[in-house]
Amino acid sequence: MSDLEFKAIGKVFPGVRALSDISFRVEAGRVHGLLGENGAGKSTLMKILGGEYVPDEGELIVGGQVRRFQRSRDAIDAGIAIIHQELQYVPELTVMENLLLGRLPSRFGFVQKRGAIAWTREQLQKIGVEIDPLARLRDLSIGQRQMVEICKAILRDAKVIALDEPTSSLSHRETEILFRLVRELRSQGKVMIYISHRLEEIFALCDSATIFRDGRKVADYPSLAGVTRDELVNRMVGREISDIFGYRARALGETRLAVRGMHGPKLAPPADFSVRRGEIVGFFGLVGAGRSELMQLVYGADKRDSGEVLIDGAPLPGRHIRNAIAAGLVFCPEDRKEHGIIGCRSVAENINISCRRHSRRAHFFVNDGAEAEIADGYIKLLRIKTPNRQQPIRLLSGGNQQKVILSRWLAEQDLRVLIIDEPTRGIDVGAKNEIYAVLYELAAKGVAIVMVSSELPEVLGVADRIVVMCQGRITGELARADASEQKILSLALPVSDSPQRLAA
Amino acid sequence: MDKRKLLRHLDDYSLILIFIALFAVLSFTVEYFFSWQNMIGLALSVSQIGMVACTMMFCLASRDFDLSIGSTVAFAGVLCAMVINQTGSIVVGIAASLLAGGVIGFINGAVIAKLRINALITTLATMEMVRGLAFIASNGQAVGVSDEAFFNLGNTIIFGIPSPVWITILCFVVFGVMLNKTVYGRNTLAVGGNPDASRLAGVNVDATRIYIFLIQGVIAALAGVILASRITSGQPNAAQGFELNVISACVLGGVSLMGGRASMSGVIVGVLIMGTVQNAMNLMNIDAFYQYLVRGGILLLAVLIDQLKNRGQAD
Repeated sequence: MSDLEFKAIGKVFPGVRALSDISFRVEAGRVHGLLGENGAGKSTLMKILGGEYVPDEGELIVGGQVRRFQRSRDAIDAGIAIIHQELQYVPELTVMENLLLGRLPSRFGFVQKRGAIAWTREQLQKIGVEIDPLARLRDLSIGQRQMVEICKAILRDAKVIALDEPTSSLSHRETEILFRLVRELRSQGKVMIYISHRLEEIFALCDSATIFRDGRKVADYPSLAGVTRDELVNRMVGREISDIFGYRARALGETRLAVRGMHGPKLAPPADFSVRRGEIVGFFGLVGAGRSELMQLVYGADKRDSGEVLIDGAPLPGRHIRNAIAAGLVFCPEDRKEHGIIGCRSVAENINISCRRHSRRAHFFVNDGAEAEIADGYIKLLRIKTPNRQQPIRLLSGGNQQKVILSRWLAEQDLRVLIIDEPTRGIDVGAKNEIYAVLYELAAKGVAIVMVSSELPEVLGVADRIVVMCQGRITGELARADASEQKILSLALPVSDSPQRLAA
Repeated sequence: MDKRKLLRHLDDYSLILIFIALFAVLSFTVEYFFSWQNMIGLALSVSQIGMVACTMMFCLASRDFDLSIGSTVAFAGVLCAMVINQTGSIVVGIAASLLAGGVIGFINGAVIAKLRINALITTLATMEMVRGLAFIASNGQAVGVSDEAFFNLGNTIIFGIPSPVWITILCFVVFGVMLNKTVYGRNTLAVGGNPDASRLAGVNVDATRIYIFLIQGVIAALAGVILASRITSGQPNAAQGFELNVISACVLGGVSLMGGRASMSGVIVGVLIMGTVQNAMNLMNIDAFYQYLVRGGILLLAVLIDQLKNRGQAD
C-alpha cells in the first residue's frame, strides 16, 4: 500500500516560520481534505510534497519509504502529482502534445499524428472528458486544462495526487466532472489530497481532514461523519464566526452612480443601472455573463462604444481610468495577480501608487514620509499580515493582497464609488469576513459599492440589491428581501435552460 | 538567522565587492593601471556608456528595450557638426541634435506604446533607419567642425577631471534621484512590474513609456554631441554596437530584463566593471578581437548570476 505520511515537518523562511511540527497520515484509497486560511501553511506543505521546497525538519514517507525530495523531478519520479492553483502547461501546444510531451510516437523521425490523436482521445475518454486532442491549451477553459493536468498525472501512474483549490474557477458542471474523477481515482487506491476553501466540497468529497492554522496542525479528523460546518470554521479561524457575512441594514441615500446606455463588444443591449449612496449592489451571473466586461467599460479600462457614467449627477469628464479615479470611482479587478498587484514592488508602493498624486511635491517628487505613514496606517487598520511595508506584495497571501488593493483605494481622498470584482476569490473564511467588514464600513460612509461575484451565498449575504446578468444583458433585479437562490439562478441561466423564466 | 542576514547583505553588495576585488587585483598586477592618468582615461572611456546607461536603466526597468541608441549617437554627432558648419552657432547645433534625438525617441515610444509593436522590432527598425539618415546626411563621410570652440565641450578639464566625466556624473545623480524619488521613476518600476495592474491603478502607462524613450533619445543625442566634440567631427559610423554595451552594463548592474527592478548604484558599478575590464585589456595589449570574447563572457556570467539569485525568490 502506498500511504503518505508527514512526520514532524517544519519549514522556516527568512523571518517567518511557515510550518512547524506537521504530522499526519493519509491512507491509500481515501480523499483527505486540507483546510485552513490562506497563509496557514497548506500550500507550503504541498510545495514540500511536490519537491519545490526542501523541509528544514521532519520526514516525508511515501509508501513506507522515507523520501527527501531535492527538486520537483524527484517528487514526480516518486509518483507524486500536484495540480496547482496556477496550472503549469505550455499554452501554445495542443492537448495531445501536452500529454505526449517527450514521447510522441514517431517513425523514421516523423511524428505519427493520426495514431497520437486516437491515443489522446482514448485517454481523455477514459477519464470521462470530451476535449479535442488538437485544441490548444490556451483556448481551453481552466476546468478543461485541469482535466488535462489530471490526465497527465494518471498517465505517469502517480500514486499521490494533490489538488490545490481545483474548483475556484470551475463551472458547476466542470466541478461535477472533477468530483466524479476524484472518486474514481480514490477507488483505484490512490492517495488523494484535496485543498479547498469551500466546506461544502470538503464534506461532499473527503473521507478525512486536517486543519491548519498559522503553520501548525490544529485538528485531525479521521472521519468527517457528524462533524459540523461551524466546528470546522471555528477551528480554522480560531475564533467564533457565527455569520461570516455579518450583514446589517444601512440607510441609503441619493443616487450616487448612474450608468446609462453602456455598450461595448461583449454586451448584448446597452446596460443601465444605478447605485445609491451607502448601497451595496451585487452583480451575479454565470462565467461569461458580461459582468466584468460591463464594469471594465464603466471604469474606462476598456473602450466603450457608447454610454455615460454619472457620479452624483455629474458625468465623468472623460473616458480614461484617470478620469474615473479623479471623480472617486475605483475598481478592484477579479484577477488579483494579473491585474491587481504589482508583484515585485513593495506593499507600500502598491498602496500609494494612485493616491500619491495628492502627497507628491511639485507634481514630481515622491513624499516618502507621507507615503510611509499612509502605508503603515492601512497595514494596521486592515490588519494586513506583512513583516513590514517594504515586503514585496507577491509574498503575501491572497487575502492580504486583496487588503492592500483595498487600501490603495481607501487612501483616495474622495472615494465615492467602489467596484469590486470577485472580492473574496481564493480568500479564506477569516479574511473574507474582514473584507466584508471593510465594504460595510465604506457603505456606511456613503460610498456606493458594486460587488461582482460568482458565489451565490456571498451575493445573497452581502448585497442590498442584486442585479443578475446573462449572456451580455441585465436580466433582472431583486431586492435583498425578495432574493433567493432559485430566483437568482433562473435569471442567470440562459433561456433554453430555464423554463421557469419563460413562464414568469 | 544572523548568518542568513549576513548572506543576504553579501548578496546585495556582491556586485560592488566583485568590482572592488577586480580593481584591487588589477591595481597590483597590471602595470600603469592604478595611476591618476589611467583612472581619468578609464572614466573618459565609459562616459558615453555611463550617460546612456542611465536612461537605458529606465527603459529596461519598464520591461522595454532600445537598440536604436547607437545610431542616434552617430546621427546626433553628424547633425550637430553639419548644423554648426551651416549656421555658425554651436548652441543651435547642439539644440538641433538634442531635438532630433528627442524626436527619434518619441517615435520609438509612440510606436511601442500606442501601436503596441514589440520594442525589439521597433527599435531594430529605427536603429537601421537612423543609421541610414546619418550616412545620407553626411554622404558617408566624417563631417569636420570648423568652429574650434565646439571642441571645448568635450575636452575641457575642470578640477582635473574632463568635462564628459562631469556630465556623466551629473547624469548619475539626476537619474538616480529620478528613479528613486520621483513619481516618474516609481511609475517606471510599476509599469515594468505589471503593466496591466499599473494601468488599472491609474498610472498613465502609455505616457510613461513615451517619456522613457523620449528622454533616452535626448541623452543618446547628448552623448553623440559630446563624442563629436571629443573627436572633433561627426562620424556616421560611430558607436556601432554601442547599444549592446550599454545594455550589457545595465544587466551587469542588476537591472532585470523582466522589468520592475533597477538601481542606479548597480548600473554605475556595471558601467565601471565594463570599463575597467576593457581598460585593463588595453593596458595588457590584448588583441581587440579577443576583447569581444571577454565582453560577451562577462555578460553571460552576469546574467547567470542574476538567474541564480532570482531562483531563490521566485516565490
